[in-house]
Amino acid sequence: MIDRADMMLPPSWYEASARRRLAALLDPGSFTEFLGPEARETSPHLGIFDLPVQFDDGIIVGKGRLDGSRVLVAAQEGRFMGGAFGEVHGAKLTGILRAARDNPALPVLILFDTGGVRLQEANAGEMAIAEIIRAAVEARLAGAKIIGLIGGRAGCYGGGGIVAACCSALAVTEQGRISVSGPEVIETNRGVEEFDSRDRPLVWRTMGGKHRYLLGSAAAFVEDTPAAFRAKAVELLAAAPGLSLDTLRAEQARLAERLRRFGHAKDAVDIWQALGINDAAALPGLETEDFLALAQKVRAGEVRR
Amino acid sequence: MTIDAILASLFPGGHDVGRADGLLMGSGRMEDGGAVTVIGVIDHTALGVDEALALSAHVLGSGTGPILVLVDSASQRMSKRDELLGLNEFLAHLAKCLVVADLNGRLTVGLLYGRSAAGAFIATALATRVLVALPGAEPTVMDLPSMARVTKLSLETLEAKAKSTPVFAPGLDNLAAMGAVHEMWDPHLPLSAQLATLLARGTDTTDRRGRLGAERAGRPKAAAIAERVHALALEDD
Repeated sequence: MIDRADMMLPPSWYEASARRRLAALLDPGSFTEFLGPEARETSPHLGIFDLPVQFDDGIIVGKGRLDGSRVLVAAQEGRFMGGAFGEVHGAKLTGILRAARDNPALPVLILFDTGGVRLQEANAGEMAIAEIIRAAVEARLAGAKIIGLIGGRAGCYGGGGIVAACCSALAVTEQGRISVSGPEVIETNRGVEEFDSRDRPLVWRTMGGKHRYLLGSAAAFVEDTPAAFRAKAVELLAAAPGLSLDTLRAEQARLAERLRRFGHAKDAVDIWQALGINDAAALPGLETEDFLALAQKVRAGEVRR
Repeated sequence: MTIDAILASLFPGGHDVGRADGLLMGSGRMEDGGAVTVIGVIDHTALGVDEALALSAHVLGSGTGPILVLVDSASQRMSKRDELLGLNEFLAHLAKCLVVADLNGRLTVGLLYGRSAAGAFIATALATRVLVALPGAEPTVMDLPSMARVTKLSLETLEAKAKSTPVFAPGLDNLAAMGAVHEMWDPHLPLSAQLATLLARGTDTTDRRGRLGAERAGRPKAAAIAERVHALALEDD
């Protein structure tokens, strides 16, 4: 007999909506939303392009419990304008991070699913990224932990990729992709020889969860299920590093070492081979368990940011 | 103004700002003898992993005193290599170095005197506490052809909107309307005096850009939304 709760859990994080992810991630019935759809805090700008608004502007923020302890959460809905940061969308996350700054005992979980700045309100979206970064650093200096969970359809691109790298730790799935310029933008600016955005394997190799985990960009690689993210979020909240001049110096050394070892690589396969993975071409096809067994032995420097 | 003219006007008493590969690194002396750490991305240089790492190393190694970030950059470098190596981490690292320095009492000032865009702008000028600009500064978020590709809107529509919509159009005034630019500097007056006035004012570390954006009507809702969420999150259940 399938346990009723399991039937309720969406099988795939990637397929689930932001609301379903939160419901499956947090302790059942523990979530309280701030400025939810009933508040109708929509974007003041989308009318310029005659675009439909959404009553939560594509991000759900609130508080709940994870394994019994209180957390603040923000979950982006990748299916509304690619989960992109607009004025209201970004301000909701800024408010959550400033609350964690003022009560550092409250960790923050960010469920990223974003193409970056919402280009229809580009200047407001870029300002939101700047304010989010500053609020995240303020919160982390005060001792708050910020964990990023990345496995959505829109990926974690542009300003979202920069915010992700300000978190205490990241958990990523194979479908999770992280970068600043997306494939289409690189191709538009530098041509298809630089980056063919239609080459799916290239996108996964360059920006996908397996590569990010091997490179040390993400502290954890998980299966594409809410249960896996939930377990890893609990673990990372206990283990995530603080932020100080010392951790910044350690991060400087870690990134310098990465350039020294892999700065001349032409493709992710070159990096994987340099890490000691003989059959690099088989890596994308490896099941999670086999991949993790291999990765634990070879992955680059542990994240110390 | 050329970068040499800017540096001379900022530091009439002398400076040792080095210039290589489109980057500035060094320090300048104020009239009161105090030292200012200087970094910069100039000559429309793109900010890639190598550049960001060099600038963050200089900030981390620069001890105490204010930090001045001079900006006339392209966007982040758009390449397979930079993304392969984790450009988001390098840009975030530079931004963290600047914000941590600022929160530790080293006033960080961004001086936008030329162009900048997207990830380069976020990791330098927008990562400072006070952003000032010289006339002619030209920040943008993304080039319109890329925007057309991503938004699936036609270039004509974007170009038309770009003429009339502060929240979307490139340019200094539009960004100022968002609350990003704290003040304009006058290129015909000594920049050293204008910097000294700013340093003497001793602003606190609070991020007021949301309120500025509301006052200037460019971002009518951001500050209020952030404050309401902040209050709700701190209510004890």
